[in-house]
Amino acid sequence: MPEVLRAEVLVKRFTGVTAVDGVSFGVRRGEIFGFLGPNGAGKTTTINLLTGLARPTSGSMFLEGVEYTAQPKRAQRLMGIVPDESNLYDELDGFGNLTFCAALYGIGKAERERRARQLLEQFGLSEAGKRPFKAYSKGMKRKLTLAAGIIHEPKILFLDEPTTGIDVASARQIRALIGELNRRGTTVFLTTHYIEEAERLCRRIAFIVGGRLVRIGSLEQLMAEHQRETVLELAMEEAGPGLAEALRRRFPAYAVYRQDERHLRVVSDSSIELLPLLGALAEGGAVVTEAKLLRPTLEEVFVRVTGIEAAAMKQEREGKKK
Amino acid sequence: MSAWTAFRAIVAKDMKTYYLKPPNISWGLIFPFAWMLMFYLRSRTPLDIRALLPGVVSMSILFGTTSMLAVTITFERRSRSFERLLLAPIELSLLMLAKTGGAILFGVLNALAPIMVASFLVELSGIGWPAVIGSILLIASTSTFLGLFISVAVHEVFEAQTFSNFFRFPMLFLCGLFIPLTALPVFLRPLSFLLPLTYGADILKAAINRDGILPLWVSFPVLLAFAVGLFLFSLHNIKRKWVL
Repeated sequence: MPEVLRAEVLVKRFTGVTAVDGVSFGVRRGEIFGFLGPNGAGKTTTINLLTGLARPTSGSMFLEGVEYTAQPKRAQRLMGIVPDESNLYDELDGFGNLTFCAALYGIGKAERERRARQLLEQFGLSEAGKRPFKAYSKGMKRKLTLAAGIIHEPKILFLDEPTTGIDVASARQIRALIGELNRRGTTVFLTTHYIEEAERLCRRIAFIVGGRLVRIGSLEQLMAEHQRETVLELAMEEAGPGLAEALRRRFPAYAVYRQDERHLRVVSDSSIELLPLLGALAEGGAVVTEAKLLRPTLEEVFVRVTGIEAAAMKQEREGKKK
Repeated sequence: MSAWTAFRAIVAKDMKTYYLKPPNISWGLIFPFAWMLMFYLRSRTPLDIRALLPGVVSMSILFGTTSMLAVTITFERRSRSFERLLLAPIELSLLMLAKTGGAILFGVLNALAPIMVASFLVELSGIGWPAVIGSILLIASTSTFLGLFISVAVHEVFEAQTFSNFFRFPMLFLCGLFIPLTALPVFLRPLSFLLPLTYGADILKAAINRDGILPLWVSFPVLLAFAVGLFLFSLHNIKRKWVL
């Protein structure tokens, strides 16, 4: 798939600190690309470089194959940017904010009003369109900021922590909207500290730690690389206390654990032969209702790659927001 | 064409959300009256409105623009809405002209208020209107760009206010409006000629009361140079400090 955005050996040094250290990656057309890392890893600096809010010390950036490192204004027309804090204008109403943002991209009056009305409807904000932005709830503010980021129909949308600090229902709506935008063809560059959000939305993910890109790959690739063992979870009507022990004796290559009265977990360094296992369980009188192969979660991959507990990262980030 | 759509939108938005708010309109009207009243009480002689007009016009522009722009930009930087403008595909120079355009327009409106009032009270014939209009535009531009310069230097809204006063009050007393330049101590006179308002006020004095001390062909280019210089220097600082 062709790349919409490419960063080549990007470096950003501030006085005495290298915030981004030789980062290279490409974002493919139509994908949701996750950019994950702990606080201070260089995520925001990288976004600032890519969007023209900061100048790289060295390296190159390309959008649609055209280099824009020295002239970011040429590329900004094709970018939508939704920052981690809603930064629209308190004094303007929802409709006014959207039409103003469209005007910044040179869209004519009739067209920007049409798009604003359409987005307000799509984002469920039609009724709030005439209310001042300052009267919006946090979730509504995030939705309107997202709408403002796409009103000029960008080729790539940068989303920085889109669901931080908002209620669960609004976060679900925003995730659904991001998915919908992506299905309609918008390429998305997403940073988030919610690992499960990245797992749910992203096709490919890059991990950045200490300004360096430590790993990049598709979700499947990353998880397969970190799948050190095969884990099979079996659900049954009743898993008696002796069942795990019986299986361990019969299949010494497997480690078998009783999770609770209805679940067993079988762990092996290599693959697990399902049919003999099910046969043994049937002989023992157990009725298996479900067999599920467990994959490592992205959170586990993140912890292994970065050495940082995802929960700690999330907690720190939310603490900062407050 | 598309850049001008953005330009117009920024000016219109700033006029609507900041400058044409009732408190600012009332400030624009009350301020000139307050100045006139102050001088009337101080002079204890029949009020010569025409003699006061250059001072009141200059002060109205200076106080209506400098801190107003510095505060609005600092406020937008704090709320990060200014980032939205920096991320728009508009050249920085045009963007900053748009941001300052609203304040310049507000300064011009502030200047018109005392002139309108004076026109009802005294005879305003014989005034060199082209020079008055030119100086109003240039004083408004220079004062606004001074506000831009201040906004790049500060981080907080209160700092913008304080720093504005640091420039405004010395200008107020050294520009020759209320204390003639010839009456200033000798060591302060060179300082007066380093202040843009000295030239703007002198044009107004020459155009309204024919008592300027500098020829217009000197004052206009110097004032224009101050405006261009302050804008370009602020632009340089913005590139250096805001686009890291």
